[in-house]
Amino acid sequence: MSSTDTDAGAALPKAPRDIVPLLLPLALALVVLPFIPSGSTWITLTIAGLAMGMMIFVMASGLTLIFGLMDVLNFGHGAFIAIGAYMATLVLVPLSGWMQADSVWLNLAAVIPAIALAVGVTGALGLAFERVVIMPVYGQHLKQILITMGGMIVAEQVLYALFGPQQIPLPLPASWRGSFALGDAAIEKYRVVCVLVGLAVFLAMLAVLNRTKIGLLIRAGVENTEMVEALGYRVTRLFVGVFMAGSALAGLGGVMWGLYREQVNAAMGGELLVLVFIVVIIGGLGSVTGCFIGALLVALATNYAGFLVPKLALITDIALMVAVLLWRPRGLYPVTSR
Amino acid sequence: MMPLSGDRPRSAVLSVVLVLVVLALALAPFLFPGAKPLNVAAKICIFIALAASYDLLLGYTGVVSFAHTMFYGVGSYGVAIALYSLGPRWDAIGLGLAIALPAAALLALAIGLFSLRVQTIFFAMITLAVASAFAVLASQLSWLTGGEDGRNFRVPEWLQPGTTFIPRDVLGVAVTGRTVTYYLLLVCCAALFLLLLRVVNSPFGRVLQAIRENPFRAEALGYRIVIHRTLATVLAAAVAAAVGALNALWLRYTGPDTALSFAIMLDILLIVVIGGMGTMYGAIVGATLYVLAQNYLQTLMGTVSSAAAEAGLPLLPQLFHPDRWLLWLGILFILSVYFFPTGVVGKLRRPPG
Repeated sequence: MSSTDTDAGAALPKAPRDIVPLLLPLALALVVLPFIPSGSTWITLTIAGLAMGMMIFVMASGLTLIFGLMDVLNFGHGAFIAIGAYMATLVLVPLSGWMQADSVWLNLAAVIPAIALAVGVTGALGLAFERVVIMPVYGQHLKQILITMGGMIVAEQVLYALFGPQQIPLPLPASWRGSFALGDAAIEKYRVVCVLVGLAVFLAMLAVLNRTKIGLLIRAGVENTEMVEALGYRVTRLFVGVFMAGSALAGLGGVMWGLYREQVNAAMGGELLVLVFIVVIIGGLGSVTGCFIGALLVALATNYAGFLVPKLALITDIALMVAVLLWRPRGLYPVTSR
Repeated sequence: MMPLSGDRPRSAVLSVVLVLVVLALALAPFLFPGAKPLNVAAKICIFIALAASYDLLLGYTGVVSFAHTMFYGVGSYGVAIALYSLGPRWDAIGLGLAIALPAAALLALAIGLFSLRVQTIFFAMITLAVASAFAVLASQLSWLTGGEDGRNFRVPEWLQPGTTFIPRDVLGVAVTGRTVTYYLLLVCCAALFLLLLRVVNSPFGRVLQAIRENPFRAEALGYRIVIHRTLATVLAAAVAAAVGALNALWLRYTGPDTALSFAIMLDILLIVVIGGMGTMYGAIVGATLYVLAQNYLQTLMGTVSSAAAEAGLPLLPQLFHPDRWLLWLGILFILSVYFFPTGVVGKLRRPPG
């Protein structure tokens, strides 16, 4: 018999903290340090890796949260990324005058509505997608995969039909262009912006999940959906909310990625989806922290490998995934019994 | 002798359709002379066998794999590289197959053992990741694969278009190496299809279906789920590789677009779902419909598109643009998953009402 039966009045045992995965990105950065000829190169590579990791995290966090809570793996997540980026072009291309102006405020006046539109549209589409497409197939993995994949195909084709097959340029605002020097290292400004945005999203998610009632319900729902329902909470509303938030995050990630690449095309969703999946698998399906670490690991490893052994950079993601899964078959932070 | 392994079409309409398709394919070089119709017929044969092998996974085992084109590509590249480096010889084809088939099977075994332990949704994600990495790898290792350009190669003399076997025309058609290649393709694809039909109707196939329906119960009855799923994956991979090799022989070319692109994966998925998952015959119906649509629907859409443009309607010209044919098939795909999950074949077998 477990001891919890006897001393029910005593404080619950603390959940064991598992910090080894948290140290992995740091360890990776330190391990490669001796192999990189100069410290400034290392700083540049690390910042680039962190920026890329943050962008991937923003895109992947929605997917992992949706899976954790609803047991739905949305293969159409990539479509939301692409749609977000396209929505940004709708605002930023007409406002290109403000974007090129050498004023931080005018730049922000263009970028903020673009992000708002992208997040709003992807969130609303997420609502429609959940209600119309996914709701009939809850609990049926095979059909979910097929239907969300079909949704991805259709969304990509509709984007082609509406915006044309060509790439749409999406230039960075003038004040985020260029780089500044930190010692000998040149650091691109936009990468710092990405790191800040990504960190803000991560901290906001942690705060919501750990400090609010909604977050408590979501975490409880991840652990045991039926129980939350039995306690009288409307899990379906929670589902819709999380699905909208996850889709909106994908849209935000799409805008960030589009600005980073300075161009947008409909195929980007499918290309990023693969990366997002790898990150989510490494982190453990359903875990936000795991997803964060996974994103940083993948991005750092890709950047270091791209510098040290360019040929190897093509398969670093897969190699990393295999290594992590050999160590922890369910990802870094396995969540739920699923 | 039971060529159909006791699994008959079980529907009069379906039987008639199947007989018509098989007859048309068998007589294609004489019924529809010309390069394009023969290409279409060859593509139908290829996709029938490829979709049938995918149906073994998706329809019978209930496993979604996105790496099926990878195995197809392994077969294609195996034969292509062997013929390219050794020259147009039969033993080069044999060597290519002898390397590619076990390679595909081993790859499938590794992926299966690695990711089928946890849950099938994991398998879907991992196959997607591995397949895309493989495609990138193949296009980068240009010393071996020819990179983005792929490999053009010569086939043995018997299969070359310039070889004429009968000095006179037969039924108004010249019998060349191309005809021989087509029949080689047809016979091999038919054999692979019948083999798969045999497999799904064997005790092993029944266990796969039991696992698909209720994994816990199947495990409780003493069947090892992981082993059965992995074996099905390996078998499907080997068949896909063989089909890939046949396709390479037909095209006399292998490149990323013909052997590894994700578009082929979507083609297979659409064929199996629209034709009917878990029916095998769905592969024949689906592949025929799909390849015909791919080649002839676009012409129709072009007409609709230009008519809509002349009428001054907004958006419709773009939606019906011939390049957007995948949009309509995607919608058809989603609707078929919802409303007739057993596909065309399922509908024909059980008429409404």
